[in-house]
Amino acid sequence: MLVFIFKRIIVLFLTMICLSFIVFTLVTIEPNLKKLALNQANMRMEEAAVQSWLEKHGYKRPLLVQYGEWLGNAVTGDFGYSTHFRKPVNEVIWPKVGHTGILMFWVLIITIPISLFIGVLSGMREGSKTDRTLSIFSIITTSVPQYVSGILFTIILSSWLGLFKGVAKAGNITFENFALPVLTIVVYDIGYIARMTRASMVEVMNAQYVRTARLKGMSFMSVVFKHALRNALIAPFTVIMLQFPWLLTGVVIVEKLFNYKGFGFLIVSASDQNDIDVTLACGVVAVVLVLTTQLISDIGYAFLNPRIRFS
Amino acid sequence: METINSIEIWQIFFMRLWPAWVALAITFSVAYRFKKNLGAIGHLFDNPVGLIGLFIVLFWIYAAIFADLIALFDPLEQSGLYRRKPPGTVNSSLGIPYIFGTDTLGRDLFSRMIYGSQIVLLIAPAASLVAYVVGITLGLPAGYIGGKFDTVLSFLANLVLAFPVILLFYLLVAPGIRETILPNIMAGVFFLFPIAFAVLIVYSRFSDRPNVLYPSLAVIFIIGAWLYLGLAFNSDPLGLVSIDPNELNIFAAVVFATSPGVFRLVRGLTMDIKTRDYVSAAMTRGEGRLFIMIWEILPNARGPLIVDSCLRIGYVTILLGTLGFFGLGMEPESPDWGSMINQTRSYIRLVPTIVLPPTLALASFVLGLNLLADGLREESVKD
Amino acid sequence: MTQETILEIDNLSVSFMTRLTDVPAVMDFSMSIHKGDAMGLVGESCCGKSTVALAIMKYLGGNGKIVGGTIKYRGRDMATMSEKELEKLRGSEIAMIYQEPMASLNPSMRISKQLMEVPMLHENVTKDEAWKRSVEMLEKVKLPDASRIMDSFPHQLSGGQQQRIVIAMALLSKPSLLLLDEPTTALDVTVEAGIIDLVKGLGEEIGTSMLFVSHNLGLIMETCNRITVMYSGETVETGEIQEVFRNMRHPYTKGLLRSIPLPGKNKYDSPLEAIQGQLPLPHERPTGCNFGPRCPYFEENICNKHEIKIKPIEKQSSHLSRCVKIDKIDWTEKNSKKSTKEKIISKTEVLKIENLSKEYDVAANAIFGGKKRGTIKANVNLNFEANTGETLAIVGESGCGKSTFAKILLGLEDATTGKVNFNKTNIGNIGVEQRAKETVASIQMIFQNPFDTLNPSHSVGSQILRTLEKVGDGETVEDRKKRMNELLDLVKLPSEFARRMPRQLSGGQKQRIGIARAFAGSPKVVVADEPVSALDVSVQAAVLELLIDIQEQFDTTMLFISHDLSVVRYVADRVVVMYLGKVAEAGTTEQIFSPPYHPYTEALLSAVPIADPDIEKREIVLEGSLPSPLNPPSGCVFNTRCPYMIPGKCDVHEPPNQDVTDGHKISCHIPREELAKKGSVFALKKE
Repeated sequence: MLVFIFKRIIVLFLTMICLSFIVFTLVTIEPNLKKLALNQANMRMEEAAVQSWLEKHGYKRPLLVQYGEWLGNAVTGDFGYSTHFRKPVNEVIWPKVGHTGILMFWVLIITIPISLFIGVLSGMREGSKTDRTLSIFSIITTSVPQYVSGILFTIILSSWLGLFKGVAKAGNITFENFALPVLTIVVYDIGYIARMTRASMVEVMNAQYVRTARLKGMSFMSVVFKHALRNALIAPFTVIMLQFPWLLTGVVIVEKLFNYKGFGFLIVSASDQNDIDVTLACGVVAVVLVLTTQLISDIGYAFLNPRIRFS
Repeated sequence: METINSIEIWQIFFMRLWPAWVALAITFSVAYRFKKNLGAIGHLFDNPVGLIGLFIVLFWIYAAIFADLIALFDPLEQSGLYRRKPPGTVNSSLGIPYIFGTDTLGRDLFSRMIYGSQIVLLIAPAASLVAYVVGITLGLPAGYIGGKFDTVLSFLANLVLAFPVILLFYLLVAPGIRETILPNIMAGVFFLFPIAFAVLIVYSRFSDRPNVLYPSLAVIFIIGAWLYLGLAFNSDPLGLVSIDPNELNIFAAVVFATSPGVFRLVRGLTMDIKTRDYVSAAMTRGEGRLFIMIWEILPNARGPLIVDSCLRIGYVTILLGTLGFFGLGMEPESPDWGSMINQTRSYIRLVPTIVLPPTLALASFVLGLNLLADGLREESVKD
Repeated sequence: MTQETILEIDNLSVSFMTRLTDVPAVMDFSMSIHKGDAMGLVGESCCGKSTVALAIMKYLGGNGKIVGGTIKYRGRDMATMSEKELEKLRGSEIAMIYQEPMASLNPSMRISKQLMEVPMLHENVTKDEAWKRSVEMLEKVKLPDASRIMDSFPHQLSGGQQQRIVIAMALLSKPSLLLLDEPTTALDVTVEAGIIDLVKGLGEEIGTSMLFVSHNLGLIMETCNRITVMYSGETVETGEIQEVFRNMRHPYTKGLLRSIPLPGKNKYDSPLEAIQGQLPLPHERPTGCNFGPRCPYFEENICNKHEIKIKPIEKQSSHLSRCVKIDKIDWTEKNSKKSTKEKIISKTEVLKIENLSKEYDVAANAIFGGKKRGTIKANVNLNFEANTGETLAIVGESGCGKSTFAKILLGLEDATTGKVNFNKTNIGNIGVEQRAKETVASIQMIFQNPFDTLNPSHSVGSQILRTLEKVGDGETVEDRKKRMNELLDLVKLPSEFARRMPRQLSGGQKQRIGIARAFAGSPKVVVADEPVSALDVSVQAAVLELLIDIQEQFDTTMLFISHDLSVVRYVADRVVVMYLGKVAEAGTTEQIFSPPYHPYTEALLSAVPIADPDIEKREIVLEGSLPSPLNPPSGCVFNTRCPYMIPGKCDVHEPPNQDVTDGHKISCHIPREELAKKGSVFALKKE
């Protein structure tokens, strides 16, 4: 088991280095740097002046050297300086990550129980009316991306019914503030996780050991709770974890849509404003988050599944 | 200002869409008559959910094909007089109603929505198709041969999948990127796969029959090279095939983001199918690896692949919408649904209906694909 | 008939609802089980026998429905019971044992919990009491080390152990009726023998009545005192087991028995009589007698006129049959068929296997990886040869290395050491892709699973054509088409089958196509890997006969891989018995099937159920399960299960290869004279 975790962590670091290198290469391409030079020094610089500015700030060195330098700083916790906010990246990025963390917390706390409940309920009796209704409900919610559902919710709940504001202020934890963004992400994710849970539940309910348990004389509900549930929830567990990159995309869309100044909003504005160090840091933070959840998912899967744990 | 009421709006809406209705009626009656010969599609007639999905998808396909007949206005034509008008406002000088209203530049939303379907329905399936070819070409050997090849490719696929898509797009579809040759290189690599795949299909089947093999290879090379030069490097010697650099950039980014998923799916299916006896039977009669992968394994993976392709086209449609929503890649004027949402969403306080045409169009198309996939999956399980 | 009736089924009909029509699975089925009865329910796939068992449990899934008749448990109609009452009955009064032991245990729950549930649920006992009872029951089902097993998860146990646990679970609340649905089909023969032995003893000990569902007549013969034979949803014959076996009164039962290879039959002097045709699909059943279209005694307007009722063969008899011509058929008529085959006495060697060994490296732990690597010795020092035209059987249970050997021969795997000489050239290390076209065409294979052997995406014809192309038969496409029609003719299928897709074929037909494909290049050697074991009994015989005929016609050497000794005795000229990668015994069929036996061969012979009331068997039940090939026992690999094990010798030293008579080799420490003293496994019963 320890060997397994150790191996996974090594792969994780390798992946992280590859990914951060890709991010670094794509962010520090020539056109972006030129724009940076024009922005930082003088908007009406000649080409030659731009080149010498780049030379002076070390952007003309080989890519690997630059990356090594950046990586060295990043490992010690120094992510550079934000040209837009005019302060160190660390001061910019972590509060925003916190804001997004709060948003994600509410999303997960609502999504997971509801989607598991829906999935189990519809997978319990395959083909029943409840199953068909819930399945179609989840197909519909997964078909409507957040930038569509968010707008529709705003029109209905905010413009027509006047219940909420169409924007969400970061750091202000109120129901009115969070309702729309959370609802938007939750509705989309519920459908996805519920469908996975349903598929897994259907498979388990058709398994022979469920029949064995039923023919032992156990009632339907106690078979569901004692025998089916645990096996049925192993797969959705990993799905929820692997959902993370996709969840993050949803968060970016929703933050942009509702002007919520969190991590997602920062990614968008930093790229738009050519804020190179911030974009780099955001990219790396996102990738680290995703990979960590994947690691947790792998280990968790092994723990939940005795076939792997004891072999 | 002259307006028409909502009943008249819907009347005009249904009347304008007559080419789509006629085409749908013909398709469904023909399909119903021959449903026994159509395999899984024929079974859909017993599955209301899948049938509704098929209906919606075909509706949009025909809307895109007959856009010129259906639209009331030019999608790019602006009108200073009729800006952000609610549905039903009539353009008094032309006497034509804006049945779904106008956007902030006075362009007809209905016509933009219909023309937008052309862009979406061209790029989404095409990008999915290329992603599929890439995923299949790499996934088959990864699953069948395994070993180092598989380890490296799986690592790369996981690398791409670990990126949040939106971050990937901000890195790959940024304006700065388009000034470099990166999009062309990516497209250049991706467009090689269809040619290579076609060559492998023909080669594996006819390698023992040179009189069939060489002519077919020659045809593939000529047509492939022509399309390749035109699409990937915009240098078609005949000047017939070309693609807008914006669209090429989007195309490459979408393929890049989608193909790892296909790769993983194909790899998993291959690993399952290769244990079957008919694969061993092929080996014992001396078939090569190529033949086994392409002719013995791939056809038997088609069920899950078809279902997945419906889902994936829907997913790519959502991705394209995301790009438009963030104003990435597409031209600012573009009537594609994502860009339309981006262009109109600031005005929902003034005219709430202004975002409805693109949002509902996009949601309904994706819903149609998902319902179709669900129907197909259910029918394929029943056999 | 004073015994208490436990279960009474009257005119039961069960249908499965599909979208288009209702498919009747069981029609007009009647049966009663008395206290202490062991009722055998025999039939082929799709005949509705498992449906009957599940209908008794009232557990037919979403689309199954009882459409007629009644099931009475101790005089109470089960249709009137509420769901609550049924739950009380299930598991405590009526318990069930299933076909796949692995699948019927919850993979993520410890054995202890799964066992203890039963008494806790039905008798409300405390946890400690439940634990105590579970451990006791585990000892009763002969599982040593009960506390370790209680603590295990299902995947940590072997198939035989799992099935014992399922049995223990079923018996924990001392049910009055036990339903066994093909409980041993998924197990190895020697493990099966142990389970059967256990079930027989426990039934008597606890006083449970049994309903034993199986496709294997021999198994029913050995375990039950009454029998019901089903065909296509109906009971065709029922009665006391001895009575039914001695005085069969239905052509199907008779045909079934004649199509299984019993001891004493072999391909040269008493060939199998196959039942012609195939099982009707549930919605295509004929009017009148369902067996009519396949029955040799079929008579127009008598058998297919109207529905046929089941009736006693004589007044007051408990022996019933569903045949209208019951008084017109000469039931004593003997097997009329005589074989035209001549015994092959050939000494032209085609294949010679010399010191062949194959080892696999495996990661000790597939998921966690790790450096610990083990070696599986799949084949160890194999030595034997095969001559033209003869059938060499390779016998053994799962994991004995017989399939690995086939793979090496076909070039799908490389030999680690040793040689496979084909026509005096070593091909043991030449992969199939490097082999010459002629060699590829010369060594072909017939696969076990008919549903897997043909590619479902290509038509039957195109698959045969491609094979012909690959083996270099025929210059043009027309040539090959002509050859294809000849091949279809050879396996007795009409040429329009070429256009069909595999899913439109029955199992037997697919297997025939598999045979046609294997013989496409006029091979010198054909490896047949359990070619009929997945087929229905009534179809098996026809395919087997066909295979033997074609083999004779082509003068091909056949390597017949099987675990079923009765089939082997029927088809083989010579036999190699393998255990854990090693040859235990080799010789001609007569030599193998008569003493002296290798102890393992002896156990295998004893394990095969025989459907003949006149034959008596010496029972040898092997203890334990097959050791893991990753960690084989030291000395003689069979020593852990051998009833004659000599401590200090068998578990230390490799056994010597004893030459018994010409060509008969036994690998055992026990001298051949002593082995010979054990006598024959079979004996004719003395009346």
